Amino acid sequence: MATNPLGIELDQYKWGFRDPERYVFKSRKGLDREVVEMISYMKEEPDWMRAFRLHSLEVFLKKPMPNWGADLSELDFNDIYYYVKPTERQGRSWEEVPDYIKQTFDRLGIPEAERKFLAGVGAQYESEVVYHNLKEEWEKKGVIFVDTDTAVREYPDLVREYFGTVVPPEDNKFAALNSAVWSGGSFIYVPEGVHVDIPLQAYFRINAENMGQFERTLIICEPGSSVHYVEGCTAPIYTTASLHSAVVEIIVKEGARCRYTTIQNWSKNVYNLVTKRAVAYRDATMEWIDGNLGSKVTMKYPSVFMLEPGAKAEILSIAFAGKGQHQDPGGKVVHAAPYTQSVIVSKSIAKDGGRAGYRGLVKVYPGAKGSKCAVRCDALILDEHSRSDTYPYMEIEEDEVAVTHEATVSKVSDEQLFYLMARGIKENEAMNMIVRGFIEPVAKELPLEYAVELNRLIELEMEGSVG
Amino acid sequence: MTADLIVRDLHVAVEEKVILKGVNLELKKGEIHALMGPNGSGKSTLANVLMGNPFYQVIKGEVLFKGEDLLSMSPDERARKGLFIAFQYPVSIPGVSFASFLRTAVSARRGYEKELMPISEFQKLVREKLGLLQLDPSILTRYVNDGFSGGEKKRAEILQLAMLEPEVAILDETDSGLDIDGVKVVAEGIQALYERSQGNLGILLITHYSRILKYIRPHTVHVMFDGRLVVSGGPDLAEELDARGYDWIREQYAVVTAEIQETGAVRRAGKVFWVQH
Ligand SMILES: Nc1ncnc2c1ncn2[C@@H]1O[C@H](COP(=O)(O)OP(=O)(O)O)[C@@H](O)[C@H]1O
Ligand SMILES: [Mg+2]
Repeated sequence: MATNPLGIELDQYKWGFRDPERYVFKSRKGLDREVVEMISYMKEEPDWMRAFRLHSLEVFLKKPMPNWGADLSELDFNDIYYYVKPTERQGRSWEEVPDYIKQTFDRLGIPEAERKFLAGVGAQYESEVVYHNLKEEWEKKGVIFVDTDTAVREYPDLVREYFGTVVPPEDNKFAALNSAVWSGGSFIYVPEGVHVDIPLQAYFRINAENMGQFERTLIICEPGSSVHYVEGCTAPIYTTASLHSAVVEIIVKEGARCRYTTIQNWSKNVYNLVTKRAVAYRDATMEWIDGNLGSKVTMKYPSVFMLEPGAKAEILSIAFAGKGQHQDPGGKVVHAAPYTQSVIVSKSIAKDGGRAGYRGLVKVYPGAKGSKCAVRCDALILDEHSRSDTYPYMEIEEDEVAVTHEATVSKVSDEQLFYLMARGIKENEAMNMIVRGFIEPVAKELPLEYAVELNRLIELEMEGSVG
Repeated sequence: MTADLIVRDLHVAVEEKVILKGVNLELKKGEIHALMGPNGSGKSTLANVLMGNPFYQVIKGEVLFKGEDLLSMSPDERARKGLFIAFQYPVSIPGVSFASFLRTAVSARRGYEKELMPISEFQKLVREKLGLLQLDPSILTRYVNDGFSGGEKKRAEILQLAMLEPEVAILDETDSGLDIDGVKVVAEGIQALYERSQGNLGILLITHYSRILKYIRPHTVHVMFDGRLVVSGGPDLAEELDARGYDWIREQYAVVTAEIQETGAVRRAGKVFWVQH
């Protein structure tokens, strides 16, 4: 077995592992006003946040389910826990983190990864962040990296100014749901001109049957600043359906740069319905890098609204759908100002009856002249039972723009397979190499340890795919 | 000593069409055989079928490699046992770096099962071989054959030959598409590898022109025509083909095929002979 950089025991990892549940508080299943009030009460939130939650609940209850995209008919909102608290108090230092949680992190390789690569960790175990570590020099520079619950308590003015402004509860049913019951997530504030040069990382994990995970992330990049946030998800495998519905809001101000990297590997029963959106101002750059391997269903379309001239957006995504999985990722770029530029690259792989594809929207408003947009989506289908769907929507309302779209659907080429095998490489390894090569244009943008982990995960998914 | 590669009465079809119509060939380690013949006569088909390309169907015949039944082995098994082909048209594999591909291949050939050969050892090996073929080390960071020039592709194939150290190598028109200097570099590289192998490398050199044979002296020259090896001889046969072209073979072949319809025996017309099995 090849060495695994994160020290995960892969066999166990493949089947998932769980710790016994030890909760101080566990809310009941289902969602109503009382549950929302309870969450807000438990968190000792200010009135405005409680009002925001209750308003969002109203919106959620009124909004219909989306009637496009993946099949969500098996999702039962009454069969989900909306809030679970792992410990009474939040761990302030590593020593204070409960042992059983450390054990889980050990299996995920987080402490080791931290030693090597991490500068700051925000690890969300269940619905709350239990450990946060931020490098001192960044604190001195005024960088804030805390869980969002803490941010509401300690930086109420900052949170209140931006929270819900990029993704309002009215945006869609799942954004409304998250707004009503959110818990955890990361809050990052980068002051003007400050460059955070080591990626900020967080690991998320669900660990209770039928428990939803509704983290809420808010990133604010002041003018001329830069940050790279990395969110890695791995999850154990359960027998009944579970829901992950996050909201990520990012504000990238003039000349600032933000990169947000995710690899989700939710267990194969999770509905992963995430709203991610950024606004980019003059000459700002927003990059979404998104890898989707796990989950039963993923619907996720990271978007960038380019509001002022010179703003740039890049959305890179990889999706892998195996048996029983439907990956419906994509991206959305809105050119609302002249001379804005965007690139979308999507790579999807389907095998064993899985469905993976691309759903995207390119919107160019009148007056956004001189803008450029390039969309490229490639699908690789590994067998005849699997499928790929591409839905590239374009709404171009300005003539003076350059928009290109390229799409390919292919099978693993016999010629390539033969070439590799003619060099002594076994068929399954040859297949893996071709698949890795296929995603390489996106994978090379990942931090090294994530690229290695992604390759390893794809190898696991590929097991048994060839005879 | 029996030959390392023995091909007996090999018949091969591509999509129902019969291409090889009874090929017989014996090659020992330490020997160089040139395989010549006009375009479309089946040279690449023979090379591919020996390597196990699933696109080609064997309909009849047998092949022994080091005494074992080659045709029952998968292509990767054949390669690990020491068979190699330098492709006429190497395919590109976007996204796979040439270095990681080479390291994986060499590791497989050298019997590493789970892990790869140590990176330091690999680098030492590859640096030396790059020099031999006058290849820029930057080629290692590029994707396999992707955007390679014609000459780079051919040299990259021979680099793989050098790295994998096979016992029998089939070189399919490694000299075509190269300018004079390109042919010289590649041919000298092959000759150097051959000499270093000290009798442990057998080569089947498929070529269209005799120009590469100035650098690499074959022991035997075969001519393929219409899916059969119809003439075999010494190095001077190559010169004769160079001087006279293939027309005389075509004429003699026509005589033989006409006669054989009637008698079914061993036939010969000039240099062209044909054994009917
Ligand atoms: N991949 C292929 N697809 C279709 N026909 C092929 C293929 N390979 C070979 N053939 C046919 O087989 C015959 C021999 O071709 P080939 O072996 O390439 O000859 P050579 O290498 O001697 O030029 C030709 O008639 C060619 O059309
Ligand atoms: Mg040929």
